[in-house]
Amino acid sequence: MIVTLLDVLIAGLLMGGIYALIAVGLSLQYGVARVLNIAHGEFIMLGAFITWSLYTFFGIIPLVSLAVSSPLVFTIGFILYRILFARLRTSSPSVAAFEGKSMLACFGLLFMIQNIAILLWGAEMKGYSYLAFPVDIGGAKFAANRLITLGFAIVFGSVFYLLLARTRIGKAIRAAAQDPVAAGLMGVNISWVLALCFGLGAMMAGLGGTLVSMSYQIQPTMGLEYTMIALIVLVLGGLGSIPGSFIGGFLLGLVGSIVTYVQPGLALVAYYVIFMLLLLAKPTGLLGR
Amino acid sequence: MNLPKAISTKRIVPGLLVLLLLLLAFSPLYATRYAVILLTSIFMFIVLTVSWTVFSGPTGYVSLAPAAFFGAGVYTSALLGFVLPLPAVILIGGLASSCLALVVGALTLRLRGIYFVMFTFGLVEFLLHFVLWWEVNITGTTGRVVPTVGNTVVYYLMLTVLLIVILAAYLIKHSRYGLALQSIGECEEAAAHTGVHVTALKITTFALSAFFMGAAGAIMATRWTYIDPRIAFNPVLSFLPVLMAIFGGTGQLYGPVIGAAIFTYLEEFLITRFPYYYMLIFGIIMVFAIMYLPEGLVGVTQKLWKRISRGKHADS
Repeated sequence: MIVTLLDVLIAGLLMGGIYALIAVGLSLQYGVARVLNIAHGEFIMLGAFITWSLYTFFGIIPLVSLAVSSPLVFTIGFILYRILFARLRTSSPSVAAFEGKSMLACFGLLFMIQNIAILLWGAEMKGYSYLAFPVDIGGAKFAANRLITLGFAIVFGSVFYLLLARTRIGKAIRAAAQDPVAAGLMGVNISWVLALCFGLGAMMAGLGGTLVSMSYQIQPTMGLEYTMIALIVLVLGGLGSIPGSFIGGFLLGLVGSIVTYVQPGLALVAYYVIFMLLLLAKPTGLLGR
Repeated sequence: MNLPKAISTKRIVPGLLVLLLLLLAFSPLYATRYAVILLTSIFMFIVLTVSWTVFSGPTGYVSLAPAAFFGAGVYTSALLGFVLPLPAVILIGGLASSCLALVVGALTLRLRGIYFVMFTFGLVEFLLHFVLWWEVNITGTTGRVVPTVGNTVVYYLMLTVLLIVILAAYLIKHSRYGLALQSIGECEEAAAHTGVHVTALKITTFALSAFFMGAAGAIMATRWTYIDPRIAFNPVLSFLPVLMAIFGGTGQLYGPVIGAAIFTYLEEFLITRFPYYYMLIFGIIMVFAIMYLPEGLVGVTQKLWKRISRGKHADS
């Protein structure tokens, strides 16, 4: 019984690590850049497929290929913001109008990225085996790659938190999140910071994708499900709160693991029930402003 | 100089509309089978887009629930198709969607902005995964067979719903009811203070717009013959009506109609010409439409028209 409990809890934490990471990325994109990125999952998919390609064709292990995939996905995100969202932002009369338009533009992006991926990699499921040997924790057995995934999610999350809390760039990002106009007046280069945030958000998704590809099968259409999970975590933690997203990610991972144990196949349904109840009862989330 | 011109346009526009209607009403007699099927798809998207615009256009509440309401109609058709005659099924499909919209509306319409958007989209995904789980674990089936009717019957049914939805949208827009909806979009608090029953109005309109989406779903199911949750609650059907409405322009009634017609034709054209690239091209067009057509095709045309007529006046 205790082993089962431990089993379920640890499985939840392992899943939660990835959820937390991708939600922090979306939190940055929506909380600061005000882009509700429906195509967030596509960046996860890109990260996953870049990692898969590097491992399958060049034998580069996922933890090394992070050094290639992260800057690449960051650059894609950064450029997308500069050529697409920056223009939408200046042409929109209000923040609400920008949010609506940018969300729809993201839906167009979703189509574009997904279909470029299908053209490049084909529509089939793909996977590879890396560090798949079992590790024993208090009687429960887990694949080593999942434990590494959790470790990396925590490391990335912490590094990112320190970046926000302790550096000058982090201060500029926080200022832009609070009040873009005032931050601009104080000498923060707003359009650059917002592009940076969007790029960083995409990068977190890419990192998440690398971690996903280590433990799960991947395919070009996998994105939307992860986008929805990131969105749910975002609301659970409170829109715009980075620690909230992190806690929310682990919480949702635990819930998913428990529900999967009780009734496999119902995890996603449970997520949406939580999501909708939360929106009705407390839309500001756990740590919302 | 202006007077005769005004009279002539007043006659020409209804005349053209009647002609168009006659052409559409008899098209199964002279058009190819493919054209009839394509027109049915176009009608379906016009129904979804116009009914989306009835609620979301004036109020500014962006609903991503069309796929949920459409799917409710599709499933009604699958469940009752062998039991009841088709018109009854369509009516019940619409009513089922309306009931769903009443519940959802009563729960959520106090959510504003992005929260409402997220909830409505969550609803689609929730229904999709719930029905999937239900079919696998409770009924032990995946997918259902829907009784089919001829292409022409589907065509006329969709045309009927299309005419009703356009008539309804027109009547709402030009009534006190439409004005009240508009006032909600501009300032909800002020509308409430001037005596508009904000909540009741929002929920009724939401349910009305869902009715047509459900009816469209019930009709389309008969054309597909086989349905499963992923077909019925396809999230793309939530986004396309929104994009089509914006592409056409939501300011005028004919905006969404034109937007849906052009977009659906474009999709069909791209599928047949570039089967491997069409979604990619479609995505690019979407992004460009959002970037460069902020007021939709109608807005751009009106601007162009103004410029041309101004030019004429300058010449004379």
